[in-house]
Amino acid sequence: MDKLITLHITDRNDVIHEFEIPADCGFNLMEICKSAELGVMGTCGGLALCGSCQVYIQSDHVLHLPSDEELDMLDTLFHVNDTSRLACQIKVNESIDGIKFKIAPDQ
Amino acid sequence: MNVHTTDIAIIGAGPCGLFAVFEAGLLGLKCHLIDSLPLPGGQLTEIYPKKPIYDIPGLPSILASELVSNLMKQIAPFKPEFTLGETVVDLKRQTEEFELVTNQGTLIRSKVIAIAAGLGNFEPRKPLIDDITKFENKGIDYIIPDPEKYRNKKLVISGGGDSALDWAIFLTDIAKSVSLIHRRTEFRGAPESVNKVKQLVQSGKIELITNAEVKELSGSTHLESVKIHTDDGTVIEKALDYFIPLFGLVPKLGPIADWGLKLNKSAIEVNTFDYSTNIPGIFAIGDINTYEGKLKLILCGFHEATLMVQSAYKIIHNGKDPSFKYTTVTGIKELS
Repeated sequence: MDKLITLHITDRNDVIHEFEIPADCGFNLMEICKSAELGVMGTCGGLALCGSCQVYIQSDHVLHLPSDEELDMLDTLFHVNDTSRLACQIKVNESIDGIKFKIAPDQ
Repeated sequence: MNVHTTDIAIIGAGPCGLFAVFEAGLLGLKCHLIDSLPLPGGQLTEIYPKKPIYDIPGLPSILASELVSNLMKQIAPFKPEFTLGETVVDLKRQTEEFELVTNQGTLIRSKVIAIAAGLGNFEPRKPLIDDITKFENKGIDYIIPDPEKYRNKKLVISGGGDSALDWAIFLTDIAKSVSLIHRRTEFRGAPESVNKVKQLVQSGKIELITNAEVKELSGSTHLESVKIHTDDGTVIEKALDYFIPLFGLVPKLGPIADWGLKLNKSAIEVNTFDYSTNIPGIFAIGDINTYEGKLKLILCGFHEATLMVQSAYKIIHNGKDPSFKYTTVTGIKELS
């Protein structure tokens, strides 16, 4: 059986959602939030070009560093802090098992 | 008042709206496109002009901006009219036709409306400052339609992207003073723009305040000054004529939500027979519509546009069916 990982996502109303998904599902975190209808638009489809999927990473998972494109976009957004990332740039895999993150306010 | 009459008024000049002009043109129907952005192309122009698209049939790879210019070339024989940089704010059904009114007062009359509005209306991303709406158009501008407005004026521009940098550079020759406020130390705009700004800062033409944000606004009827808070706790008060926050655009559904169309999570429900909405005479194509199995793909929008114009023809020609012809047989007949 495929390895399942757990995600803990806090929506904009501070409700925590827990999901178990296959580690090799091939989605990114924006796509997970979008399909779970948590109010994430994912307007640009995952190109780090719209900023509609900003999240705050709340667990101490070590993620890959943001690309220049991601930093460019974070630079233009509001409500940004040191834990801000674009969910579309974080792929689902075993290394993010147990990750906790919160969806940033709408821009 | 600017008044236009056409067969199909198309709200949204993205790829699907543009291609609808082509399919309508084959049936001899004229189109008028309205878009809130100043250029045609929608998301392709605004969000990802330099990204390649790989799933347009027959084109293994094409840049989004190239697809837009190809579409413009393809529809040129059908002489579409454009109202760009204006937003449709009102839609009314008259006895024989619809009337669309834009925020600039342009009136477009048509028997059919095609909503090809993609993600909705691109609106400026507004900084989170109390009272910001109070001073909109009274000292706060999010877009710059005419730079001459700022001649000999004191300006505060905020933002760190290309648009903030480019306008700061451009306006130094026009304005009395330009202050550029940026939340970080580093700018992430195009390197040549960043270098130009640095030169202008050194020569005293731009006042640069980094690690800072405009947090307070004051004035009686018109904005008179702003307070800039820096990361080290300093508050700088600055008298000005205009504050121009430039933080890019975000799509919002906008006035479409108020027209009585049946919506499903910010998308318009349509009948897949012809992409008609619950209001006779109004169709919705492309990313703005929804139906079972919907995929938000340009190529699907092209298909939707093609079927949509067949029904549009019947409405415009009082129930008469269009005659189906191949372009290989008939070629392209220009419209006057």
